[in-house]
Amino acid sequence: MDVGMMLFQLGKGMLTTGEIFILTLLFSLPLGLLLSFGRMAKNGILRNVTKLYISIMRGTPLMLQLLVVYFAPFYLFGLKISSSYRLIAVIIGFVLNYAAYFAEIYRAGIESIPLGQYEAAKVLGYSKGNTFFRIILPQVIKRILPPVTNEVITLVKDTSLAFVLAVTEMFTIAKQIAAAEKSMLAFVAAGIFYYVFNLLVAFVMEKIEKKLSYYR
Amino acid sequence: MKLLEIRHMKKSFGALQVLKGISLWVDEGEVVSVIGPSGSGKSTMLRCATNLEKMDRGIVRYEGRYLVKDLDRRCVYAKKGELKEIQKYFGLVFQNFNLFPHFTVMKNVIDPLITVENMPREEAIERGEKLLAQLGLSDKANAYPFQLSGGQQQRVSIARALALQPKVLFFDEPTSALDPELTGEVLKVIKELAKEKMTMVIVTHEMQFARELSDRIVFMEDGAILEEGTPEELFASKNERVQNFIGKF
Repeated sequence: MDVGMMLFQLGKGMLTTGEIFILTLLFSLPLGLLLSFGRMAKNGILRNVTKLYISIMRGTPLMLQLLVVYFAPFYLFGLKISSSYRLIAVIIGFVLNYAAYFAEIYRAGIESIPLGQYEAAKVLGYSKGNTFFRIILPQVIKRILPPVTNEVITLVKDTSLAFVLAVTEMFTIAKQIAAAEKSMLAFVAAGIFYYVFNLLVAFVMEKIEKKLSYYR
Repeated sequence: MKLLEIRHMKKSFGALQVLKGISLWVDEGEVVSVIGPSGSGKSTMLRCATNLEKMDRGIVRYEGRYLVKDLDRRCVYAKKGELKEIQKYFGLVFQNFNLFPHFTVMKNVIDPLITVENMPREEAIERGEKLLAQLGLSDKANAYPFQLSGGQQQRVSIARALALQPKVLFFDEPTSALDPELTGEVLKVIKELAKEKMTMVIVTHEMQFARELSDRIVFMEDGAILEEGTPEELFASKNERVQNFIGKF
């Protein structure tokens, strides 16, 4: 296999990698916000259930969680698992896992906003929804960008875990090529792919940070 | 009818009773200063009157409309719709401004009008421009709070409160976070408001200012009102505690 063919194959895998990446962010960022509400809820049951959920998601390997999501329909409900479920299971697993991490980041951000902001909004007559979405959340987003960038960069690399459900993302393909060709070249190329992907992520996140630096 | 009426306001934090039955009324156009040592409950009283803190006993009324009633030995607050109406009677200026840092000066002033009052944008901007001009902040309309001095920030927060045209404006130690020079510019603004017959309740440590400006001064200590009267009466008080406190300034 020549280098061009190899890069083409890896590039194809990159599409799956990108798909996992984008769909995970798309769903886990809002889900994380919901979870952070649960984590900070006045209701003790809700708060503790959320806390337990986050604890399990952060305390067990993502690879294990992917296997559980994939096999649960069969072992729990006796459903036949179709092969098209593999990618869906990967995305569900990633979303559930990353939402837990994002929830704690949101919580840190929300709790760092001075109480005075809520009080000012209340006296001015803002509804609770308006207070959160107009006053609090914009400030939270600015504050949590650095830790979110961390998670997003980790996510790029974690996508390689999809191999455990035989989803042919880039790293799975790199391993196949490396085995067939008895050469490290595919791994080197995969490393460069990940690195460039993450350079792009860091670049975009820095742009967003700059865009939000108009106030302090 | 009194614009603001507080009766037997009681408030405890845990075992600590911070307010031991405060009664106070304010007429339209009056300027009332509340003075007294730290920890005497001045701010808590203001926070209860503005519904930032839930009180345990007593009543608060604005033009006869109950924010809080005292029924069966406990406080009952107005229902949501009524609460929203009563909330419009007052504004509050905080010690540390609490401006919204991600909004420009103008947006800080007009966003409540647009978001809360559903005022058309043009009308809100018109009102905002007028207020900023009045407070000498016209050239800062597009600045962000972090670009302003403390005195300017406090003036913006006064403009923000005035924009909603409250009937009474509360000040919670409005100059305590400012150096003497900046304090002056904020006090000047408050004096101008007093001239325009704005009803104000001002918690302050600025004795000279309270003396010049107030129609009435209330001296609080240990969760209760120790003495109350015109500035002349209070500054000539026979009460040793009051004399002592005022004498220190």
